[in-house]
Amino acid sequence: MNTLGLAPALATIVRRDLILALRRRSDVLTTFFFFVIVVSLFPLGVGPEPAMLRTIAPGVVWVAALLASMLALGRLFASDFSDGTLEQLVLSPQPLVLLVMAKVLAHWLVTGLPLVLIAPALGLQFDLPAPALGVMTTALLLGTPCLSLIGAIGAALTLGVRGADALLAVLVLPLYIPVLIFGAGAVSASAAGMAVTGHLSLLGAFLLIALVLGPLAAAAALRIALE
Amino acid sequence: MNWGSAQAFFAMGGYAFYVWGAYGVAAACILVELLVLSRRRRTLERDLSRKDADGSSGQT
Amino acid sequence: MAINVWKYASPQTFYPLAGRLVPWFFALAAVLGVVGLYIGFFVAPTDFQQGESYRIIFVHVPAAWMSMFLYIVMAGWCAVGMVFNTRLSFMMALAIAPTGAMFTFVALWTGSLWGKPTWGTWWVWDARLTSELILLFLYIGFMSLHAAIDDVRRADRAAGLLALVGAINVPIIYFSVKWWNTLHQGASVSLSRSPSMASTMLTAMLLMSLAAWMYAIAVSFLRVRAIILERESGSDWVRGLGSAAA
Repeated sequence: MNTLGLAPALATIVRRDLILALRRRSDVLTTFFFFVIVVSLFPLGVGPEPAMLRTIAPGVVWVAALLASMLALGRLFASDFSDGTLEQLVLSPQPLVLLVMAKVLAHWLVTGLPLVLIAPALGLQFDLPAPALGVMTTALLLGTPCLSLIGAIGAALTLGVRGADALLAVLVLPLYIPVLIFGAGAVSASAAGMAVTGHLSLLGAFLLIALVLGPLAAAAALRIALE
Repeated sequence: MNWGSAQAFFAMGGYAFYVWGAYGVAAACILVELLVLSRRRRTLERDLSRKDADGSSGQT
Repeated sequence: MAINVWKYASPQTFYPLAGRLVPWFFALAAVLGVVGLYIGFFVAPTDFQQGESYRIIFVHVPAAWMSMFLYIVMAGWCAVGMVFNTRLSFMMALAIAPTGAMFTFVALWTGSLWGKPTWGTWWVWDARLTSELILLFLYIGFMSLHAAIDDVRRADRAAGLLALVGAINVPIIYFSVKWWNTLHQGASVSLSRSPSMASTMLTAMLLMSLAAWMYAIAVSFLRVRAIILERESGSDWVRGLGSAAA
């Protein structure tokens, strides 16, 4: 029996997860619409005054992105866990860390990337200036993969646990805070005309750390959950 | 000695509410922690002695 | 005589040792606490700016220090447990968590009561209080995850991994919050004392911190004894205890 090479194995996982996600399009779309609705709730809650909306916009968009990201995490491993695929992945000869990374990539492509693409339109609702919208897109592009990578740890830890969704929130949201601070900070700085390189560099650094440590911790958590 | 009288001590220069509120809650937390622990201990002792009394391993 | 460090890694041998040590740690905590409070209230002078309200630091700062210290110790025991596969290590981590959370809550509550007369609001979003709040979330997460998983071994390891992930994140979170605070508040509004603290204040604070530490050890030992009994209840030595207690 042939063992699949590493690159083809990873490509297979990404392709499979994408196909499965597209088959259950409603799952993907609900995350997206959740994001849009939550962002729209804030002006209804605090009033339509443009100057204030411009001030709260970065925070609102980012918090909504955090929540939407977190909601989607439940689906990262759950269906594979219930049908036994996850065990096969853990037992396979390819390094679990890379397999996890492939799964997270596929997950981000369907849940994180849509948020990045729609965010500028939502920023316009809050009357953010154009440069700030560009910064928001970049920051979310750097930040949402972090959220998926960190969230994967929480998803792996809570596999099959009762009340996993609420528990996941408690576990993962505190870990999201640095990404939130610098992501929203970048957009605020841009809207105020200040430099954003510091914020974006830090977000980039967080992404690199999350890329290395996230799948590592998530793989360890999967092994704990499955043994 | 900082305080002229017991009254001055309890008044804490007008900040009595804050100072005693802080220390009071801290003391209450410690008390609650100890009470919860002792209740846990008593339940355990009761269960263990009951287990031994009827000679079984406690399982039905 | 060689000391066998692994001897007390067994719950059965640690249980009586912990039981003998608990009264001593409580005694130390009581003595240090009484002396610390005496110096704090009767020897340390009134603060020039804050009046008597500053005396809250004698409970706020020790609680905050212990909350952070206990988290590190808890994460340390989780690491030991995962590396050496010793179940007592995980029991110890689980025993420490509620006390750590309690100290975190006390730090937040006393911090709030200190902030109100000093800065006029019940909550101050300074870097340290905000980090304390996040630390409380981390403790709650640890305890919730452990409680939610039925299989004890899996619960120990999953919560252990979470504690380690949290420990790595704490410096990152603290740095981020600190940056966020200076950006948004401009002039630093901090609950830290100015460097020129009277030596009596420092002494009282240190004594209270030591008292808190001794108390934490005593309570953790008490709790780990309860956890040991609960988990090892099927074993012979525990049943032997039961007949002795009856």
